[in-house]
Amino acid sequence: MSKDEHREGIGGMINPRRYGIERVAYLLMRLSGLGLLAYFIGHIYETSNILRGQVGWNEFMEMISTTEGHIIMSIVIAMCVFHTVNGVRVMLGHGGVGVGKPTRPDYPYDPASQNYRHKIGIYSAMVLAAVAMMYGLAVMFGE
Amino acid sequence: MAQVSSISNEQSPTAKSIILKISRYNPEHDESSQFMEFNVKYEKWTTVLEAILDVKKHYDHSVAVRYSCRQATCGSCGMIINGKPRLACFTKISELDSNVVTVEPMNNFPVIRDLAVKFEKLFDTHQKIKPYLIRDDTELISDEKEFLQTPEEVEQYIQFANCIKCGLCNSACPTMATDSSFVGPQALAQAYRYVADSRDKGKDSRLKIIDDSHGIWRCHFAGSCSQVCPKGVDPAMGIQLLRGYMLGFRS
Repeated sequence: MSKDEHREGIGGMINPRRYGIERVAYLLMRLSGLGLLAYFIGHIYETSNILRGQVGWNEFMEMISTTEGHIIMSIVIAMCVFHTVNGVRVMLGHGGVGVGKPTRPDYPYDPASQNYRHKIGIYSAMVLAAVAMMYGLAVMFGE
Repeated sequence: MAQVSSISNEQSPTAKSIILKISRYNPEHDESSQFMEFNVKYEKWTTVLEAILDVKKHYDHSVAVRYSCRQATCGSCGMIINGKPRLACFTKISELDSNVVTVEPMNNFPVIRDLAVKFEKLFDTHQKIKPYLIRDDTELISDEKEFLQTPEEVEQYIQFANCIKCGLCNSACPTMATDSSFVGPQALAQAYRYVADSRDKGKDSRLKIIDDSHGIWRCHFAGSCSQVCPKGVDPAMGIQLLRGYMLGFRS
């Protein structure tokens, strides 16, 4: 990317502070997507240990059944729930569902596409992700 | 280069003052941009553009800024004001609620000098989506003499006809921040404006243009474009409705 273009770059793309909760959801969607992709690759490696037989499998399970492993797994749960719920919201939006109807705008302009339905969807995704994460932590550290 | 300068001229007793930080950059001989600071007096109705013009008039006439109508109609004076893309003529200093006002050139546009940016790419992408009515006949040879529309048909697109091509939406877009080939929210919203116009018959050719790897599918509905639009155009809505056409959700 040339300096002449004066693009914000990745720093500007991931900056969530200027444009409200929609931009925070945009960032979390990207981060959770990348996180789940990384987990997916790790998960293939993890399950491939079955080829080493029961002893090899148990050894590997023992290695990842640590406090750090449980915390990573709870973050994966949160990412999965957020990405799913927010993904449904975004897919509906991409189909033009719930983004409002065109009308003559009146000052002060309040964009109809950034309406309460989508904000509720974003907050719901965050709350559900937090609840699922806490449930996962309770299960893994419960005993 | 940075300095604090006070403009000494007669002001009313109700005037307050702020520090106006102006980004200075000449791509021909500067390595990077630097801020110059000016102490500027303002009233509650003073706009950021008026403050910049005060600086030009009283202290440093070399500050480069593009402006024309001063009433949010020409779309010339878009810039980053305290971190967000806004029109300088449409932003009052008093509503920024800050003692320091920072002005920088719009992001995602090549800088000509200081606060002035090149609009060629914006106009090119706007032109690319064929921003005019496409049909085989014309009003001149039609028996009806003019193509009539119901008020409901006008409502479908009139909001998007308010676009003044100021480029604030493209400056706020997170995809534009990293993808130099992206069509951008301005052009996509204008594509919707013509697709939704009942007089237009060029829907298929327009959808073909934006159905591209750097076209409409690169929009991720962050909505920042709609939040900064000074005319209430709501490009995010137009883009999603347009995508609804392409996905078959809308007819």
